[in-house]
Amino acid sequence: MQYHSPNTFEDAAALAVAAAGVTRFLAGGTDVLVQLRADIITPDTVIDIKNIPGVRDITRHDDGSWTLGVATSGAEMREHVELGLDWPGVVEAMDLIGSTQVQGRATLVGNLCNGSPAADSVPAMVTAGVEFSVTNSEGTRRVAVMDIPAGPGRTHLAQGDVISAVHIPARGARGGDAYLRFIPRTEMDIAVVGCAINLALDAAGVITQASVSLGAVAPTVLRLDEAAEALIGCTLDEATLDKLATAASAACNPISDKRGTIEFRTHVAGVLAKRTAKIAYARAQGVTK
Amino acid sequence: MKTIHVTATVNGDTVEYLCDPRETLLDVLRDRLNLTGAKEGCGTGDCGACSVTVDGRLVCSCLILGVEAEGKTITTVEGMADGETLHPLQKKFIEYAALQCGICTPGILVAAKSLLEKNPDPTETEVRYWLAGNLCRCTGYDKIIRAVLDTAADMREAS
Repeated sequence: MQYHSPNTFEDAAALAVAAAGVTRFLAGGTDVLVQLRADIITPDTVIDIKNIPGVRDITRHDDGSWTLGVATSGAEMREHVELGLDWPGVVEAMDLIGSTQVQGRATLVGNLCNGSPAADSVPAMVTAGVEFSVTNSEGTRRVAVMDIPAGPGRTHLAQGDVISAVHIPARGARGGDAYLRFIPRTEMDIAVVGCAINLALDAAGVITQASVSLGAVAPTVLRLDEAAEALIGCTLDEATLDKLATAASAACNPISDKRGTIEFRTHVAGVLAKRTAKIAYARAQGVTK
Repeated sequence: MKTIHVTATVNGDTVEYLCDPRETLLDVLRDRLNLTGAKEGCGTGDCGACSVTVDGRLVCSCLILGVEAEGKTITTVEGMADGETLHPLQKKFIEYAALQCGICTPGILVAAKSLLEKNPDPTETEVRYWLAGNLCRCTGYDKIIRAVLDTAADMREAS
């Protein structure tokens, strides 16, 4: 196994292009090292991107948008008070991953690129409208979250593509997001269903923008445009919540496994969508944080 | 296999070692630096027995490569006591008998110390969540949680 620790993303991309066999970029390593130790994936080349300047910076721009370095850990996100006030759903989704020790290392980009359909942070990034800078030998382009997952353990990124920054939009007025997941215990487990919702309201409390996403109920994360449309123009009354739940359950395409059956996942998706919407709505109203 | 030269600070001392890029920091601590306090329980970041701090951040040393430690400051359970004087957490764990077989204890001590440095007055719930990544199959956790809470109270009084 070759270990490289480049100082720029361009060098990291060039190393990946030149590498033969299996290549892994190393940020937090909480999936890469587990796969290495368990003999699931033994990389021929590991490219550690943590010595590139700025990879752990959390920056809020003048327009209210955010840029996060790709090696920013969950713990660093949680400790950033302003980020948590703007994007509580993104921060709480990341914070649900693993133990305190895992939070000290794990990253949003790692969670995405590991390719698990149950990745907790990915639905929250979808509803937040997160984009990534992807650097390769031809330059750097912007890619939306939805365009990266290809299936369990797979992404649409090519050899030589390296994600070089995380961009979160400005929160804007009267907006709020939330993420909930179902697990059979209280901590440290993999989502049976995960649901993220991001809302924006007008001054009267009517929903003007909505985004709904589900994890762990299909081979890749789902963005539920019909469910989102059901919310727009409404306050969060019971009839709207019922429509949301029906749309969420209808969108599911899950498998049965030891964590939950198809029927259970489909039902829970609707229940979680309602609960998540209530939290996001209260946050958008400024009632809760 | 080409080995890589690494310089790091471990428990206040500058150390240098050569390691294979596949070796974890836990392998390096135990097999190259003879610091056997951190234990390998699962090797996959689930049990917390290998907990150390790297640049002040609590992590599983089994999920870090030895080569990643270049230039980093690492503390292990061996760095907790001041010579013969045990850390208040260590004393309290003995007083409460907050251990039986002892395999998980170094990791729990390191994790609990890290918590009290960030939050000198944690609630029981906060202690339980913070230590959720440290598995103990003997004690049932209760004595561990009481020992940490009582240490926190003592340390607040002393400061």
